[in-house]
Amino acid sequence: MSALAALIRRDISLSWRIGGGAAIGVLFFLTVVVLMPFAVGPDLAMLKRLGPAILWLGAMLASLLTLDRLFLADYEDGSLDLIVMSRSTLELVCLAKAVAHWLASSVPLIIAAPALGLLLNLDGSTMLAVMLTLLAGTPALTLTGLIGAALAVTLRRGGLLLPVLVLPLSIPTLIFGVISAEAATAGDGFGAPFSILCALSLVGLVIGPVAAAASLRHGLD
Amino acid sequence: MAAAKTLTGNAVSCIRGERKVLSNLDFLVSTGEALAVVGPNGAGKSTLLRLIAGLVTIASGTIKLTGGDDNLTLAEQAHLLGHRDAIKPSLTVLENVAFWFDFLGGDRGQSDPAAALASVGLGHLGHLPTAFLSAGQRRRLAIARLVALKRPIWLLDEPTTALDAAGQATIAALMTAHLRDGGLIVAATHQPLGIAARELKLGASA
Repeated sequence: MSALAALIRRDISLSWRIGGGAAIGVLFFLTVVVLMPFAVGPDLAMLKRLGPAILWLGAMLASLLTLDRLFLADYEDGSLDLIVMSRSTLELVCLAKAVAHWLASSVPLIIAAPALGLLLNLDGSTMLAVMLTLLAGTPALTLTGLIGAALAVTLRRGGLLLPVLVLPLSIPTLIFGVISAEAATAGDGFGAPFSILCALSLVGLVIGPVAAAASLRHGLD
Repeated sequence: MAAAKTLTGNAVSCIRGERKVLSNLDFLVSTGEALAVVGPNGAGKSTLLRLIAGLVTIASGTIKLTGGDDNLTLAEQAHLLGHRDAIKPSLTVLENVAFWFDFLGGDRGQSDPAAALASVGLGHLGHLPTAFLSAGQRRRLAIARLVALKRPIWLLDEPTTALDAAGQATIAALMTAHLRDGGLIVAATHQPLGIAARELKLGASA
């Protein structure tokens, strides 16, 4: 088995075991969505209108929740030293960690989204639209978060800094995610925002691993 | 028998946080030799090991390996056993060794992580989550990684910490076998290693 496959497999099993946090992310997502009707009131029409935005915001915060430990846990127990010493290219290692995080933490959020959509009075086509846009957009969230997670290792106590660093970078993803979900529901003008959303994920794919690896190399010292 | 390898440090200096930890240090270790790095706390023993592993930037001087595999860097031919033991508490004992074996490029056809566990006396605990291990058992598990995958250079930081007498004898036997196979060892230590070793004294830093 190749080195990167072993790493992805380990990270996924770590995040689903005790103390892993993937399940916490889903629970957090549920909590955010359940709290919303209490905040905005039980107006079904309004909830339906806000629904895609609420789901997107919840998914974004939930995926951020598990990101700060992405490299920090490996740094604290010495695993990162051995990973840096290994023959695997650090950029590919960062990409593998992002893939593992997306599979373990974001995919469950995408699967949970329609169930939570029921709480917000969303109809079938809107739920489908939210799922599709989350599928296209969450890689961008993970990959920008990857940079923040690597910086969290470099900067001591960077864990607290992570949301402040990563959330502003995630604003474009949020905007185009919600716009394309709403456009899909309205049945009009879906193509353009959805293409930009996909483009954001692809840009993240190029920049994220390289920037994270550079940060780790610089910061491990 | 592989070609003789020599790990040489030439006028090595290292600066950590504006403090010079090592200055103009020379050392030489050859195939079949162990170098015990001794000195008071804060003398730079761990820093020297991390320097050899390429994890700390060298301020001046050179560290190089001759006779090794030219296609691999020094770090890729070395095992580092540090204070932080790279063990995940929620994985089982066997999963921990098997992950490092696979990740570091081990070949299941040639070697077996389970056999490495047996050689450090943890063979019967393979399916236990690592969180339940004692400090000494964790140390044995960390050592199993070195045994599972062959690499010529062992960089050991306090290898005998938390080990009982039997454990110390086990690691001494493993180190002897490693040296006999043409490996070399650099160990930072306060206690006797249990094998013949040359000493490299690091003074208290100036």
